[in-house]
Amino acid sequence: MDKLHDYLLSNAKDDLLPWTVQVDAAKQFGMTCRMIEEAVLQMGLLPVRYQRNRQTISTNQQLRLFRSKVAVIGCGGLGGYIIEELARLGIGQIVIVDPDVFVEHNLNRQILSSISSLGRSKVEVAEERITKINPVVKVTPVMNALTEKNGKKLLQGMNVAVDALDSIQARLELSEVCKDLGIPLVHGGVAGWYGQVATQFPEDDILKKIYARCKDGNGIESDYGNLSFTPGVVASIESAEVCKILLDQGSYLRHSMLSINLLDMEIVKVQLS
Amino acid sequence: MEIKVKLFAALRKGRFDCEIRDYASGATVSQILSKLNIPENKVSIIFINGRHADLNHELYNNDTVAFFPPIGGG
Repeated sequence: MDKLHDYLLSNAKDDLLPWTVQVDAAKQFGMTCRMIEEAVLQMGLLPVRYQRNRQTISTNQQLRLFRSKVAVIGCGGLGGYIIEELARLGIGQIVIVDPDVFVEHNLNRQILSSISSLGRSKVEVAEERITKINPVVKVTPVMNALTEKNGKKLLQGMNVAVDALDSIQARLELSEVCKDLGIPLVHGGVAGWYGQVATQFPEDDILKKIYARCKDGNGIESDYGNLSFTPGVVASIESAEVCKILLDQGSYLRHSMLSINLLDMEIVKVQLS
Repeated sequence: MEIKVKLFAALRKGRFDCEIRDYASGATVSQILSKLNIPENKVSIIFINGRHADLNHELYNNDTVAFFPPIGGG
């Protein structure tokens, strides 16, 4: 280990370590780049990829993110952006759950969809994307729908779960699984020009309050569809909530819901306690 | 009686965002929605004076009622 430390220290520029050094170290010491990244962060060094994070996220906090496990449920409009942002942020383990393959009408908004990905599993494409962006992230793709039955197994050990689903009933099931496992859940939803975000801690019941009147029904997305930009806005706010929960920083959208109206450019936070 | 009605997101389409409107004394949330021609299944969250309420809630002069639609897409 001392040899590895010496190698990393001697190849660091100030306290920054380029990716090529991480790769070389992995080869030389018979380790994975992921193991090297953890060692780097533990030493107080920072992979260069996080250089622009550092004024906001310290090296110690970067290590905390690396050791975090986040599940993203749904890999469509919201999920694609959330996965991208979490991987770039440096979340160490991401579980992605979605039973679907990409189809043509996903192309207007789902960032992971492309002509060449049509017909392919969404979680498989997501895994490839993460590996291209940040290969040290451990990805677990699950090509299945999350239910109350399999949910506990899939989400066990997660620090946070992120709702990127497209059905109210599925969201309420996810909420129950998270409450049972004691996992905070970041909720987001979109429809046309409109979106919403809320954060539920295990002892809260925010999703039940939001959807109390329409447990089995559809949202207004069945009337308004989904545009290219609304998922990006809502997904980014969800990612920010995840980051704050993991770092125990700032104020969350707890006991409240952020309602986003991009048509009138009106964002309001309503109390739901 | 005068009730301030606030509509959010798509509920504004063809209606308004915020208006003070006259209703018969004792009107309920359900009756107000009916007068606004908003189907009950297009409303997921109801607030009266900033507090969660349901369809049967009776309103009083100068109350503020706010409606949010269900948003469930991803």
